[in-house]
Amino acid sequence: MSIQGEALGCAEVAEGPVADRRQLEDPRGELLELERQGELIVQKIDREAIILATKYGRPKRIQKAHLWHHKSCGQCGHIPGYSTSIFWVMRKLGYDYCDPADQTSCTAWNYYASATSNSAAQAAVAVRNFAAAYESGYFPLIHCGTSYGHYKEVREELIRHPELRAQVRAIMAKLGKPLVLPEEIVHYSEWFYALRAEIAAKQVRDFSGIAVAVHPACHYYKIVSGDAIYSADIYGGQRTAVVTGLAQALGAEVRDYSTWFDCCGFGFRHILVQRDFTRSFATLRKIEVMKEEANPDVVLTHDTGCVTTLDKSQFAAQAHGRNVGLAVLSDAQFAALAMGAHPYRVCQLHWHSADYRPLLEKMGIDWERAWGEFQSDLRRLERGEKRYLDWDDADGVADGPR
Amino acid sequence: MTVTTAQPPGPDAHYKVPDLTGYGDVADEVKVRLFEQVKADIRFGDYLYGCYECGICVGACPSAKFYDFSPRRIAQAAAREDVDLVYQQMQEDIWECSQCFSCLRCPRGNNPGGIVTIMREVAVRNGLTSAKEALVAYSRIIYKIMSTGTQVSPDMLRPDAFPDWGPETGDVADNLELWRRALPAETMHTTTTGWAVAERTLVELFVIWMETGALDLVARVDPGLYSILQELVEERLEEEGIEL
Repeated sequence: MSIQGEALGCAEVAEGPVADRRQLEDPRGELLELERQGELIVQKIDREAIILATKYGRPKRIQKAHLWHHKSCGQCGHIPGYSTSIFWVMRKLGYDYCDPADQTSCTAWNYYASATSNSAAQAAVAVRNFAAAYESGYFPLIHCGTSYGHYKEVREELIRHPELRAQVRAIMAKLGKPLVLPEEIVHYSEWFYALRAEIAAKQVRDFSGIAVAVHPACHYYKIVSGDAIYSADIYGGQRTAVVTGLAQALGAEVRDYSTWFDCCGFGFRHILVQRDFTRSFATLRKIEVMKEEANPDVVLTHDTGCVTTLDKSQFAAQAHGRNVGLAVLSDAQFAALAMGAHPYRVCQLHWHSADYRPLLEKMGIDWERAWGEFQSDLRRLERGEKRYLDWDDADGVADGPR
Repeated sequence: MTVTTAQPPGPDAHYKVPDLTGYGDVADEVKVRLFEQVKADIRFGDYLYGCYECGICVGACPSAKFYDFSPRRIAQAAAREDVDLVYQQMQEDIWECSQCFSCLRCPRGNNPGGIVTIMREVAVRNGLTSAKEALVAYSRIIYKIMSTGTQVSPDMLRPDAFPDWGPETGDVADNLELWRRALPAETMHTTTTGWAVAERTLVELFVIWMETGALDLVARVDPGLYSILQELVEERLEEEGIEL
């Protein structure tokens, strides 16, 4: 094992791209070899990290602090409490981070929806973002499941195709940036799973009476699947451990249902311009099945599109008398609520469509009082007392049993 | 190369009924050219290894449950180099794919969803009718992502755009500016983008669109949108003194 390979805890440094990518479990050896050849830079994990197991058991390091938050356009735009909950939990655990403005979308939503792109553009967008993280000294943490999956696809393409590397390197040179890839591509839900004991240690609300159904996000564990996190303790290692492991650590009861493997129905272009498919799939194949087989209090998932689809698709089905009406949260919002976050100031649940109020009541949260507190905040803004609310404002905790 | 141009779409189990498909047929040379573009993509060899015809991909596919769509047919047509069927799929099938990549369950390691991605790009690049029709209502999204660097924005949440998302969408629209100012994260007070994207970063993104030909792809499916974007991008790059 090379010194570099040993430092990263990975197998032998590869001599070239592995021919059969289907059997590849650890791309880090190839990345290090490309770095040795001067083809690219590998941003290393250089701070305290927690080691998790991937699908096939290789160790994946999750850096705890000093993280560069690669935000999600769908989260920030339409369900902003998803993003603010991620930040809030990290702040509460005392880990520093960078919320950058020199970040663009991964643009993969458009890539998968309209195909008005190509592999070179997608790789250049990814590397530009990774270069921005590298320049900052913070290690990237990816908020969106699609960004996470797509960036792993891009990494595969860059490893395998020297002509693509050359093209991207030339574009980066025009931007004054290097071709950089991180040692690991890390999804925020992996960070939450890795830190679940610390999150549970700061839990102030009792979730033992809460039943959850978990929707694992397709782009998290189906694209370049070997990088996703698994554990023998969760469904015998047959499903990803993130989300389920976190919910269990918080004392909730995770209930199974038969269509867990099905996608949510997002469809990328469908959610925007052909929602008859999205609504039908989300309700008939997911929400109704969950209700009939598991009857949970909430659906937990870990991707932008899944929260949006499962939450927004229920209204029309309800009008048709279907068996829907189930709160939908991200794992980050769930964890934040467990740690005492305000349902509106932090988790921003007023941006959601499916009724979350029965869930809050079951969690012991007086949502009417919390809404009144948030309305008071808004009046302060309207009166011009403040231009924006900040993290200090967000730290007001709604009353309820602890 | 070896290509199959055996039969035009007709009474064959592999083809959809031509009377219902609604697109015009084209010369074999055009079909061959389009398939050659699909095959020439650097990703193609990573996405197709053969097919057991086991149907696992179809069983996992959400689109197959709601449409006359089959990821197995996608992989098989590409593997057989059946340019007639590939052409029909490019006109009829590819926009039904959900791009969820459940089909990666394939025991051969095929990626039918990835093949669809490539076929869509070729359909866009060649201005096929299916691409134009699929993207008719999508132009505003292309404009948003290419001009601002974020895909969807808070000000897109309007009741007329999402009437099926319930009255909460109207609440968001009515209170948008105030609710965005109530977000504790400093980068998220924006209404026209998901977060505040730095000006320099946007310029860098424009360079990427120009250098990779991504902007040119829009020209074939929406010339009007292309003109608007081209003017915006070139003007901004000129201001920055960037020549490409």
